[in-house]
Amino acid sequence: MMQNDNIIDIKNLTTQLGDTIILQDLNLSIKRGEVLGIVGGSGSGKTTLMRAILSLTKATSGSIRVFGHEITTATPETLLKIQKRWGVLFQSNALFSSLTLLENVIFPLKEHTQLGLTDLQDLALLKILMAGLPADAASKFPAELSGGMQKRGGLARAIVLDPELIFLDEPTAGLDPETAAGFDDLILNLQSTMGLTIVMVTHDLDSLWKVTNRVAFLGNKKVISVDSMPALVKNSDPLIQAFFGGSRGRAAEQGYHHGY
Amino acid sequence: MAQDAIHYDSNARQLLCRGDWNLIHLTHLQSNLTAISLPTSGDITVNGEAIDKIDSAGAWLLIQLQDKLKQNGVRVKRIHFSEQADKLLSIINEKLADHTEPPVTKKPGFLAVLGCNTLVQLKGLQGYLAFIGQLTFELMRLIAHPSHWRWNSLASVLYRTGYQALPIIALLSFLIGVVLTYQMGLQLRNYGANIFIVDLLGLSVLREFGSLITAIMVSGRTGSAFTASIGMMKLNQEIDALNTLGVTPAELLLIPRIIGLFIALPLLTMWADIFGVVGGMIASDAMLGISWHDFLHRFSQAIPMRALLIGIGKAPVFALIIASVGCYQGMQVKNSAESVGQNTTRSVVLAIFFIIVADAIFSVIFSKMKL
Repeated sequence: MMQNDNIIDIKNLTTQLGDTIILQDLNLSIKRGEVLGIVGGSGSGKTTLMRAILSLTKATSGSIRVFGHEITTATPETLLKIQKRWGVLFQSNALFSSLTLLENVIFPLKEHTQLGLTDLQDLALLKILMAGLPADAASKFPAELSGGMQKRGGLARAIVLDPELIFLDEPTAGLDPETAAGFDDLILNLQSTMGLTIVMVTHDLDSLWKVTNRVAFLGNKKVISVDSMPALVKNSDPLIQAFFGGSRGRAAEQGYHHGY
Repeated sequence: MAQDAIHYDSNARQLLCRGDWNLIHLTHLQSNLTAISLPTSGDITVNGEAIDKIDSAGAWLLIQLQDKLKQNGVRVKRIHFSEQADKLLSIINEKLADHTEPPVTKKPGFLAVLGCNTLVQLKGLQGYLAFIGQLTFELMRLIAHPSHWRWNSLASVLYRTGYQALPIIALLSFLIGVVLTYQMGLQLRNYGANIFIVDLLGLSVLREFGSLITAIMVSGRTGSAFTASIGMMKLNQEIDALNTLGVTPAELLLIPRIIGLFIALPLLTMWADIFGVVGGMIASDAMLGISWHDFLHRFSQAIPMRALLIGIGKAPVFALIIASVGCYQGMQVKNSAESVGQNTTRSVVLAIFFIIVADAIFSVIFSKMKL
């Protein structure tokens, strides 16, 4: 089973929405333990790619292997086994609005373990604390939390089953710079302590520089290049240059070289 | 696999941890741990060299154990843990040191709940009255500025709440007419008083059932739609957007809905009256042998115009109840999808409740006035 150390292997993936081809013959491998960023212009299929890996949208053709299991043809039982090993933070948090934060975080634990109620609460609370939230946030409803706290709450739910792999969809979108930087630190911190593999879709240039080991650039329905940020910005592809070459891209690069 | 994930060597005073210390094996580890008798004094070392995998659940268990030992006065030392495990353990230790008890929400007693609910209801009533006051105020302003009238919104409300409701209202009132005739006809036939079905049916449909059934149908169909659509606009901050654009939501959204239903409901009631009577007429013909000609002849003699007017006269009041409750509940939606659902339910229940209360009040007034 451990024939390679790739946690995700995508080969010749094609997805279609209606008659429009979103991704065509896309190949991508994600290594165990790395932080991989997925970037690309609006409409380049970042979200479609992530939804295909999560098996929320069906791939038209091609193969997606996660933890060595083929996702596209997986039975519900296999899929469930895989689902217990990954966590997802959606762009809009997707915290259940009728449950308190603690109940939200307990939810996956309750579904997939046989622990007693006090243990469930203690473990969930631990994850809330690890996500950098104060304990009194636990009894609040999602609507009573600020945007940044909701993100952290969503992350607490994503890591509660101690997954090996987590997906973050635009984790820092809509956060102020200070909160966003705090979130970047949190991601790095969790990654090193829990040994996570992280796949993040993001537009935030600062977090691309700060958090990722490698970045996959999507364009023309394919992955144009997968490389570390310093190497990627030197890539001569016109799409990549247009993305990173602007004033904001250069500012983020300078911040990276001078700040860290 | 985790057969003896924990082994205590009492000679070396060493607790040896083995195998997988993760969430999947947590219950197993816990039961293993309770089976071990640990010392109550002195020193102890915890050896982690044989741990294959440790995640935060396993680390949490280890920290709990360590804290329990410490409380008993045992000094604990961790050795041979991997770098990552050490990091994880120290972070969890740090987090748990700040806080160990999950926050408890106190359950209030019966009296407190009663008082709290009473206050909530009173506050709701106050809010509703303030809402009505504000709408009246807006309406006054609009009357003075006819250029602000939203004819398009009004037309679309009339179309959706009036025109589109025609088939279902027709079908329902037709069936009510048939059912009433059937039930009353059974009794009347015993006395050979077949022809009086016209009096009974005409009066009951025109005075009561036409307006009441229509109002209840419309509150289920339209009141709920008002609440849900306004509630979603509230969640989507469309209401806030309107306010910042200098258009009050009352002008664009609420008043057209209320006036639209105010116009549509009496018309629907008239429509329901027609089909109720037609349903009764067909049933009388089939069951009691009263021909359509005889039925209509008797109808014009026995049923006064007053009966129709009283029935239709109640409809505008019902319309105001349905529309104002629906809009008010929509504007009360807060923050979550859950609250859209709650308020929609509440809107329908309250509207039907107040319709029946209002109908009872009308009955008392009309009987005092000998109408």
